[in-house]
Amino acid sequence: MDDIASLSAQNFKSDVKPIWCPGCGDYAVLTALAKALAELGRPRETIALISGIGCSSRIPAYTGVYGFHGVHGRALAVATGVKLARPDLTVIAAGGDGDGLSIGGNHFLHACRRNVDMTYILMDNQVYGMTKGQASPTTAPDWCESKLTPNGTGVSPVAPLHLALAAGVNFFARGFSGNPNELARLVVAAINHPGFSIVHVLSPCVTFRSEQRAWKQAVHSAAAAPSAHPAEALARFAEDDGFTTGILFAGDREPFMPQRDATMTAGDFEHAFAVRTPLPGPFTAAPAA
Amino acid sequence: MEAGHNGQAASTLGPAEAGWSAPAATRRGSVPAVSVAVIGSGGAGAMRAGEILLEVAAMAGFYGLMTRAMGPQIRGGEAAALLRVAAAPVSSLDDHFDLLIALDWANFSRFAAELPLAPTSVVIADPAEGDVPEAVVASGARIGRLALKELARAVPGGRTNMVGLGAAAALIGLPPEIVAAVVAGQLGRKGESVLAASVAALKAGAAAAAALPAVAQLAAPPHDGVARWNISGNQATGLGALKGGVSFVAAYPITPATEVLEWMAPALAKTGGMLVQAEDELAAINMVIGASFAGAPALTATSGPGLALMIESLGLAVASETPVVVVDVMRGGPSTGIPTKSEQTDLNIAVNGLHGDAPHLVLAPNSIADCLFTTQWAVALAETLQAPAIVLSDQALGQSRAIVAPPREPPAVAGRLTVPASYQVPAAYRRYAETESGVSPMAIPGTPGSTYVADGLEHTERGTPSAQAGDHAMQLEKRARKLEGFEYGSDWADIEGEGEIALVTWGSVTGPAREAAAQARARGIRTRLISVRLLLPAQPTRMAEALRGVRRLLVVEQSHGRQFHKFLRSCYDLPAEVAVISHPGPLPIRPAEIFDQLAAWE
Repeated sequence: MDDIASLSAQNFKSDVKPIWCPGCGDYAVLTALAKALAELGRPRETIALISGIGCSSRIPAYTGVYGFHGVHGRALAVATGVKLARPDLTVIAAGGDGDGLSIGGNHFLHACRRNVDMTYILMDNQVYGMTKGQASPTTAPDWCESKLTPNGTGVSPVAPLHLALAAGVNFFARGFSGNPNELARLVVAAINHPGFSIVHVLSPCVTFRSEQRAWKQAVHSAAAAPSAHPAEALARFAEDDGFTTGILFAGDREPFMPQRDATMTAGDFEHAFAVRTPLPGPFTAAPAA
Repeated sequence: MEAGHNGQAASTLGPAEAGWSAPAATRRGSVPAVSVAVIGSGGAGAMRAGEILLEVAAMAGFYGLMTRAMGPQIRGGEAAALLRVAAAPVSSLDDHFDLLIALDWANFSRFAAELPLAPTSVVIADPAEGDVPEAVVASGARIGRLALKELARAVPGGRTNMVGLGAAAALIGLPPEIVAAVVAGQLGRKGESVLAASVAALKAGAAAAAALPAVAQLAAPPHDGVARWNISGNQATGLGALKGGVSFVAAYPITPATEVLEWMAPALAKTGGMLVQAEDELAAINMVIGASFAGAPALTATSGPGLALMIESLGLAVASETPVVVVDVMRGGPSTGIPTKSEQTDLNIAVNGLHGDAPHLVLAPNSIADCLFTTQWAVALAETLQAPAIVLSDQALGQSRAIVAPPREPPAVAGRLTVPASYQVPAAYRRYAETESGVSPMAIPGTPGSTYVADGLEHTERGTPSAQAGDHAMQLEKRARKLEGFEYGSDWADIEGEGEIALVTWGSVTGPAREAAAQARARGIRTRLISVRLLLPAQPTRMAEALRGVRRLLVVEQSHGRQFHKFLRSCYDLPAEVAVISHPGPLPIRPAEIFDQLAAWE
């Protein structure tokens, strides 16, 4: 087992070189995650990091914990299976805005309402980077840089905070990759919060959305302590500009974990199918020779 | 027959007090099997009557089979319980029904084709329900008029299905004391007055049976000392999964697979496992993959539309070498198709649906009892070979019940090869290490020193994503070798009989094929039966052995597109002369159709 005391953030990184572009916000997310895991002080083998497909979904390979890099959009479903089967593990899902809110949108809704005790790191750069720059569900409707939507999407973007609150998320924080120390603190708080927690990370794509470098000037800290009531949080952030960082909501719903006991074995269920012994009588008695 | 009925409501429940004892000699018939259909509009209780009749047959020592024919309506549609009761194990419905009890004729036309009758058949109908349909009259069957409604009305709280059940049991020679005992067992908790009304209605039906046309009565049941189970295919699938060690199920409801889940949910909770209702089939398969990655043997059950949604992630299970089992209880397709009726048409997608070169297991149970064996075996193989297994059951197996001898156990296999917790990994752990068998030790999260990332991207031995030709070739070869090189033993197929004529079939169609082969042998036509249980990986050496000396091959399957025939052609060398009996659902393939082809070849 890992000697917890000696683990540094570096131990939570692997020796695999990321595929990310120079300057990508996801490097800082990896750094913040490694820092958070070191701070939590849990053995590496007790942590599972689950992802789908996309630039940010490559993150498990760059960490030193157990990981699963699955198909596009299903990270939360895989993570749910891991946590329900193994409540003893610390389970983290990670991925991008396309993976989590478009192809995986249904799982996002149901992970929020199911409230399994796990954490979702949603790295949002408002673009599909791996396929070379198409609009994502969080892209502004008038963004015209994609060849697929040269006149803009004309479609309202998803606000992850509002969507998650409406669906019943139990914890929502927003961080910025440009501030990895705050981000690490938010990840620690999210993992420590019971139930389903989301850390929404503004993580710029410098290749296809170089204007996102300006996010550094846009972010600002939440003014008040988080509400525990979804309606109150929705009201407070109704006009949110999307750049408020900090813990924005911390609910107190009971996490989902089905009760189970092991009072029976598989063999015990065979008896239910056994045909009852026939009543004694002239018909059922063995025939005379 | 059935002397001693007085037609009055019984005030006590004991058969002796009810005066139902009669000399055994008056009840014994001579035929080894009787086929009965009970039909009615949804809610009339035809299914309940059929289930009771089957249980009565079981308690009396017979074997039996009951399938269902239903419309898609939740309430108020048509419903038919189709039974065959026999002195020996029953593998299929007969070519026609000996007795048809019509509680009413509502919607009869919708399933008339599923109810073949012969001039020897007896049809019991209530004159109050209108004229006997033209198709029934045309069959030449004898019609017996029985005032079901009126007799039921004469009993306070009496129901027509119980009158019909009483008549049916009496007509085919099932003992009334056992009918009363089974009804007491099933309805007893509804209270004494309900039970008393049911018993009185049963007696009224049985008494009236004396005036009806005679049906051939069953011979004495076999006193073979063999224990009997009364189980449905979907229950047997659930029990097989549980016995195989499955502790995690995630699934989305779908007809006709839901009963697998309904049976497993409480059973899992009591054995330390769990069932999770997922938001869709995409979630279900991925939850199952996650649970298995975390160490829990895991399964999902679905039907064709759900399997289609799961296919991408089954490829993930192949690439990441994560054991999972998907039970597909097949129904008519494509698209929404015919959800309540059976067809063997998911073979193509199960075998060929995955993109890329994706070796996996496909198995098919070939009887209701075999649902247990094959599912349990599939779990064991998936775990041992770290690969996904698809189990192709179907509606005809899943939603039918049978009286069977207790199913057998599959052979023991190694199970999942894991990295022991105490293992000190010398260098970096290689999850996808090249090994002779192709199976590599799998580290379960929680195991120190061997953290890795399972990946659907092509990867190196360590699991690191790789686009290099060498890594791709090595991993493809490893994943193919572990399945192809495994020794599956004789259970890959059921092979029965000898001869130059062979029947090759799979799944639920094995029942009528088995019966036709037995009929052919009884006529002196030497016939082999090969029912393929392990569809993938194909077993060319074993198939060649099974077909040695065969000159004529009859392929039997329930599909329009001859999916099984094409599958056989793609995997195996077949004899020169091949005939195919292949038609779509929902009509079952009947033994006579198969026998006729065998006889023509004589």
